[in-house]
Order: sequence, then structure tokens, then C-alpha cells
Amino acid sequence: MNIEEYKDVYVFAEQRDGKIQNVALELLGKAHELAQSLGEKVVAVLCGNNIANKAQSLIAAGADKVVLIEDPVLDTYMTEPYTQAITKVIQDCKPSIFMLGATTIGRDLGPRLSARNITGLTADCTKLEIGEDRTFLMTRPAFGGNLMATITCKNHRPQMATVRPGVMQRMQADESRQGEIIPLKVNFNMEKINRVKLVENVKETKTIADIAEAKILVSGGRGVGTGDGFAKLEALAHELGGEVSSSRAMVDAGVMPQSRQVGQTGKTVRPALYMACGISGAIQHLAGMEESEFIIAINKDKFAPIFSVADLGIVGDLHKIVPMLTQRLKEMQK
Amino acid sequence: MNIVVCIKQVPDTTEVKINPQTGTLIREGVPSIMNPDDKGGLEFALQLKEKYGANVTVITMGLPQADAILREALAMGVDRAILLTDRRLGGADTLATSSAIAGALRTMDYDIIITGRQAIDGDTAQVGPQIAEHLDLPQVSYLEHIDYDEATKTFTVRKQTEEGYQTLQMQAPCLVTVLASAVKPRYMSVNGIVTAFDKEVEIWNADKIDVPEERIGKAGSPTNVYKSFPKQLKPAGETFEVSPEEAVDLIINKLKEKHLI
Repeated sequence: MNIEEYKDVYVFAEQRDGKIQNVALELLGKAHELAQSLGEKVVAVLCGNNIANKAQSLIAAGADKVVLIEDPVLDTYMTEPYTQAITKVIQDCKPSIFMLGATTIGRDLGPRLSARNITGLTADCTKLEIGEDRTFLMTRPAFGGNLMATITCKNHRPQMATVRPGVMQRMQADESRQGEIIPLKVNFNMEKINRVKLVENVKETKTIADIAEAKILVSGGRGVGTGDGFAKLEALAHELGGEVSSSRAMVDAGVMPQSRQVGQTGKTVRPALYMACGISGAIQHLAGMEESEFIIAINKDKFAPIFSVADLGIVGDLHKIVPMLTQRLKEMQK
Repeated sequence: MNIVVCIKQVPDTTEVKINPQTGTLIREGVPSIMNPDDKGGLEFALQLKEKYGANVTVITMGLPQADAILREALAMGVDRAILLTDRRLGGADTLATSSAIAGALRTMDYDIIITGRQAIDGDTAQVGPQIAEHLDLPQVSYLEHIDYDEATKTFTVRKQTEEGYQTLQMQAPCLVTVLASAVKPRYMSVNGIVTAFDKEVEIWNADKIDVPEERIGKAGSPTNVYKSFPKQLKPAGETFEVSPEEAVDLIINKLKEKHLI
């Protein structure tokens, strides 16, 4: 492999039902920054069926070029057709850097691509930068979030990384940006593709908002205890115009759904306000919320680690404080 | 049916503490456990065995002390346990790890390979899909349920997605990666514990596996750790131990100051 032949910063433009996922836009924002320090271009890779109309939104979000692969086999994400499509991009276009969202799709596709193309993949990066001699430095939490490790991939290309949703920040969309759209044709190996058949794709109609998108989160942990406890948090979230989220303990206990879990094995959030109620603050939880702009913690245990990241810490009983606070906010509305 | 389950011994990262003075990890006294997602995979394998009849083999790559999780798997009811251990396999990243394990699997019979989704010490979720690619197998990751049709050798599986789930079908041989939350692993049986220590754990070295030398260990690893450092937490704000009324005042004032209300 002559690594000199590989250039530009590529982003997998993940889409579901024709909707570009936020993480792809966030990655384009980061790619723009990386490409500037390298003096290279940002390329989005868009796969799907009848999806060309989304290419311009990727250019507006920071892409200089969009490689477009359209085929009925790419309609709904499946491992094999997407691996074939992106492998074709890697072989033909020779990307220096290739980034994917660390979603259930990106975490399924990324390792398959790394093994097919024999290159390195760094998972769940929280910081990406260009170091001396143009090395791509990929920093990620290790050891359950207790340590940070910076990883390089010196002699293989592309240098691949996944990033969790909510970690990078997207650029302000600029509809006037110009870019090139490059259609690419892939001859799919249908025999391999047909080995897995999609029988049904069930989307549970969730009325809940995505906690990663919420500006205000009222989050509960073991100290909240029960569904009744969470009702108090919901009342407060309602007054603040926010959403309720949860620590892993309350998800494991079956009190809260996994979709509301914040932390290493849940979602990464960075709201304007994070109110941690009865959450002790295991390192895995902190990893998912410490980038929040303002953190208030309420906990009975004054030694709880959550206080080490809180901007305002209250040692006290959330079951008293939360309803009282809700009541005060209600009165202020009048 | 032949089932191979890939498992890993990991430090129980929920037990890791940080020394607040030095910011370094306190590793002492941290227990080693079978990775939770892998244990979920093992439970799925044992359920398939009970329903359809199967030979279940567990394999792990690691240091000699990984023998402990193989004994645990034997006590839970697996038929065969293999420890792949060799200095030449050390220093491996996920790709080199998957190459080595795939090299071992190439010498074995399997209808389905089951791995955990991810290990709690790395959280990469890469080794399962990478093994599938090396062996040219179809894969389904994030599996929460599995059924098998003996007549057609077809697995019907349920995969968790962000929006809900997918039902997928594939024929043996194939690979799945499993979520710990999908299943409750059984306890070791008393009889199992007694006999687990009489059973043989096969020790394999790098000569026993079918993979080119340049694909394993440090040489086979495209990635390198450039540096590692303790996580820098931002400086803590103020903490108050006050009455609920005063606490509410403090919070309201802060929310106003930050224009959050």
C-alpha cells in the first residue's frame, strides 16, 4: 500500500428512511476542520435508493464532494451490501480518513470494512485531530471510561474512526455552498448479499423525544428508586421544558427504557442543563454527560462522585427538593 | 449443531476507582470476570443446546489466568473449552485479535459462532464482525432473540435497532453478536462446579491456528496506542448542604442567572 495515494476526509452519510442522521452532519462539521488543517477535501459517501435529493444537504453541512451510490439493495441498511458499496469507494477513491457514526449501523459496518480492507478502526472517538507529520490522532475512552487513549493508524489506509452521536458539533448549514456530486456504480455480489434476509423492520412508535436532542435533561438514578420517583422528575422536566433521562442502574432495574439511558453504554448528551437527581456518578455515567453546559446534582451522599463534575451541588433529599422546585417554577409561571 | 462461543476475561470496570490525588487508576483488587455480553451469548448457546441438541465449545484468547472463565463456562454446561494463549498473539489490536480467533475457528466445525456485542474493557464492538469477515460468514449484530429451524438449518433472529427491532433470517454457518441485556445467564450448577475442575481445558498456541503470522500480534495490528492518560475532569463547582427550601432558592437563582428559566 502506498499511503501517499490516499487523501481527503470521508464521512459515511448515514441515512434511515431517506433521512440523513444528525451524527453524519456532526461528522461533516469535524471533517471540515480536519480537512482544513490537512489542506484536503471533505467527501460525504451517500448510499441508498432514490436518495440523490439529499446530496445538497451534505454539501451545505460541509462536504466538498458527495460520492453517491444508489441501488435498491441499499434501501434499508444491511451489512453486506453496504460493506460492498463502501469497499468500492475505498478501492476507487482511496480515502485517507474515513469516519462513521457509532450507531448500531456504524458499529456493524465499520469493523466489517476494516477487516475486508485490512486497516485499523478506532471506536467511539471523543476527540479527533491532526498531529505533527499529519498523523490522524484518534482519542477515545478506554477501560470503561477510566482512561483516555490516543490511537494512530500509521501504515494502513483509510484511517478509520467511529464517533458517537452528540460528541462533535455540526456547522451552521450553508445552502449557498457549492459542491460536486459524483455517482458511483457498484456491481453487487448478490450471492453474498442474499445470505441474510430482512423479514421485518419494526419501528416502535415512540412518543418520547430523543434525549440526545434535548436542551434540558432531568436525569434520575438509584436514589429516585421507582416509577413514582420518576413521576416527580417528569413533573419538573415538564415545568422546565425538558426531558427525563436515566442512569444505567434504573434501566437495568426495568424502571426506565434503554432509550433514555445516559452514559458509556447509553447515549452521550450535552444539554444546556443536566440535573442529576439521585445519581452517584459512576465514571461510565459521567462519560455520557460531563460535556453538558451546566450541571446541577442533587444527592444525599456528599461524597458522591457526581459532585466532582457538578457546577452546583446540593446535598439533600431529591424527593423533597424536586417537588418543591417544581411547585416554585409553577408559581413563577403565573 | 455445533456452536462456538467466543468469550473474554475482562476487569470488572464498574469496580475500578480513581485515586483522586494522582488521577490514576486503582487496579488492585479489581476482580476479573467473564465479559457480560459474552456471558449472554453463552446463555443463548446453552438454550439452543437444550432445545435442539448441540455441541457447545467456548474459546478465549488471553493470558493463562483466563482459565477461570473457561471453568465457569464448563460449570454452566458447555462441552469443550479452548484457551488460545501465546506471547506471539500479544499486543494485538481488534483486527489482529479477530484474525487470531478466526484462525482458531478455521480449524473447527461450526454452524453458528456467537460472540458478545462488545467487551466492557474496550467497548469497541469490533471483534465479532471482524471474525465474520475473516471467515466470510454472514453476521447479525445486536442480537436479542434467536430461533432455529432444523429442517432448513435457518436461524431467525431479532436485532435491536435505535428505533425498535428487525427480524432477520440466515442459514448456517453464520455469526451473531449478542446483548447481555437480552437474556439472564444461568448460574453454575453445583454438579457443574465440581466437575468443571476435572474437565480438560485445551491449551492452544499460535502454531495450532490457521492464519498467516503477519496477521497476528503486534505485527498484525494496524493501530497503535500513541499515548494514554487519565481523564481530566473539569473542576467541580460549589456544593451546598442546606435545607430543601434553601436548596430550591439556590437552584432557582442559578437557573435565572444562566437564563435557563
